Amino acid sequence: MTDAATLFGLVAAALVGLGVYALIVDPQPLRKILAFNVIGAGVFVLFGAVAHRGAAAGWGGDPVPQALLITGLVVAFAATALAVAVLLRLHAETGSATLAPEPPPAAGDE
Amino acid sequence: MIAALNAALAVLVLALAVWTVAARSTFAATVGFVAYGLVLTLVWVQLQGVDIALTEGAIGGGLTGAMLVAAAARLRDTEASARAERPGLALRIAAACVAACVTAALAYAILALPEPAPTLAHLTADNIASTGVANPITAVLIAFRAMDTLLEAIVVLFAMIGVWSLAPDRAWGGRPGQPHHADPDGILAWFARVLPPIGIVVAIYIFWVGADEPGGKFQAATILAAMWMLAVVAGLADAPPVSRTWVRLALVGGAVVFLAVGAAGVVTAGAFLAYPDGYAKLLIKLIEWALLPSIALALALIMAGAPERPER
Amino acid sequence: MSLADLFTVVAVSAGAFFFLAGSVGLLRFPDALARLHALTKADNLGLGLVVLGLLPRVDGLLGALKLVAIWALVLLASGAVSQLVARVARRTGPRA
Repeated sequence: MTDAATLFGLVAAALVGLGVYALIVDPQPLRKILAFNVIGAGVFVLFGAVAHRGAAAGWGGDPVPQALLITGLVVAFAATALAVAVLLRLHAETGSATLAPEPPPAAGDE
Repeated sequence: MIAALNAALAVLVLALAVWTVAARSTFAATVGFVAYGLVLTLVWVQLQGVDIALTEGAIGGGLTGAMLVAAAARLRDTEASARAERPGLALRIAAACVAACVTAALAYAILALPEPAPTLAHLTADNIASTGVANPITAVLIAFRAMDTLLEAIVVLFAMIGVWSLAPDRAWGGRPGQPHHADPDGILAWFARVLPPIGIVVAIYIFWVGADEPGGKFQAATILAAMWMLAVVAGLADAPPVSRTWVRLALVGGAVVFLAVGAAGVVTAGAFLAYPDGYAKLLIKLIEWALLPSIALALALIMAGAPERPER
Repeated sequence: MSLADLFTVVAVSAGAFFFLAGSVGLLRFPDALARLHALTKADNLGLGLVVLGLLPRVDGLLGALKLVAIWALVLLASGAVSQLVARVARRTGPRA
C-alpha cells in the first residue's frame, strides 16, 4: 500500500523540520542532542518510506535499505552516547552545561 | 480502517515530536522522546519493517531514551541558567524559515519519487539461497553488505572508547558510574533476580530466529545489556573496572572474529568478506555468535558511562 | 459473527476500557505514586483481557503460549520499571 509510504514520508519531512528548528533555537546542549535525535528519527522514517515503496518479491519492503536502517539506528545511538558523555564531563568539570563562551551568572551552580 | 489508524499514528508521532521539542522541562522532554520512539515502532510495523521496529524499540526508544532521561536528571540544576540564553526573535524567525524550507524540500522529494519505485528486492531474492538464511535483512546485513555491519560493530566499539576517554585522570581504568544500592530483600531485587534468566532466554530466542524471521543480534544484545543494567540498578552487580583484561578481550572479540573470517575469505573465496560455497551459513552463524556478546557488553558499558570511581 | 468472534470483541473492548481507565488515572491522579498505581493495575489487567480476547484467533498452541508469555513478561517488566520510577519519585519528593 503506497499510501502509508507517502503519508509517513510527509510526516518524516515535518519531523526533520521540527528537529532543525529546535536544534538551532534551543540553547541547552541536551535539548540540542534531543533535537538531533528527532531529526535522525525523521530521516530514518523517510528512508523507511522509500524502502516500503520498493516492496517486491513477496517482502513488505526493499530489504537493502531496511538493513541499512538497522545499521543507522545503532550508529545514531553510538553518536548520541558520545555526545551525552561529553556533556556530562563538561558539567562535572565546570558545574554548568552551557555552550555560551562566557556563562551568565547562574543561580543553580553548585 | 487501516488508513484511519495510519492517520492517527501520524498525528500522535507529530504531537510527541512537538512535545519533545517544546516541553518546558528537559526531563519531561526526554520522557516524551521515549514515547516518541515507542510510537515510531508502530510506524515501522505499518511500513512493513518489523526488524526495524524491534531495533527502534530496543535501541532508538529504549537505550537512547534511557540514556537521555538519566542525563536530564543529572543536569536538572543547570536548566534555569541555560534557559536564559534563549535567542532573540529574529533568530527564531530565521530558524523557522530554514526548518520550513527543509520540510518543504523533503516533502517535494517524497511526492516526486519515481514510479515504479526502484528496488533491490529482486536481486536479494535471487541470491538469498546462497547465504542459507531466510530473513532477507539478516542476509543483507551479514552477507551482501557485510562491510557495513563490520564497520558498525567497530563504530560501537569506538563510541565506547570515546566515552571511556572522557574519564577524569584519577578515575582512569576504574569502574563506570555511581554504585547503586537497594534493599537486598526488596521487590526490586526480586525482579532483578527473576527477570534476567527469562530475559536471557528471550534474547537468545530473538537472536536465533533472526536467521529466518525478524530478529537478530543487535536486538538480542540490547536485551542482554538491559538485563545486566537491571541487576546493576538493583545493587546486585557492579560495572567491572574498564582496565580488566577480560573486559577488553570480550569487547574486541566479535570484531576480531569478523575480521578474521573476512580475511580468510581472501584466500578461500577470492575476496575480502566473501564466503566459500557451502560454508556461508556456518560462517554467518560464527560471526553472529561472536558479535552477540561483544555488542551486548559494549552497549552495556556505553550506558554505564565514563569511569568515575578509581579502582582501589 | 461466530461465538469466538463475539468473545474476541467483548474481551478486547473490555481490555481497551481498562487502558482508558488507566490513562485517565495517569492524567487525573495527584502524585507520582498514585499515577503509577493507576497505570500498573489497570493496564496489566487491560493487556490481559486483550491477550485473552486474541487467544481464540491464533493458530496453534505455540502461538497461544507466545501471547500468554508476552503478557507475563509485560507484567514483570512493568513491575520492575514501576519500582524504579517509584524509587526516584520517593527520593526527589512530591514535586515530581
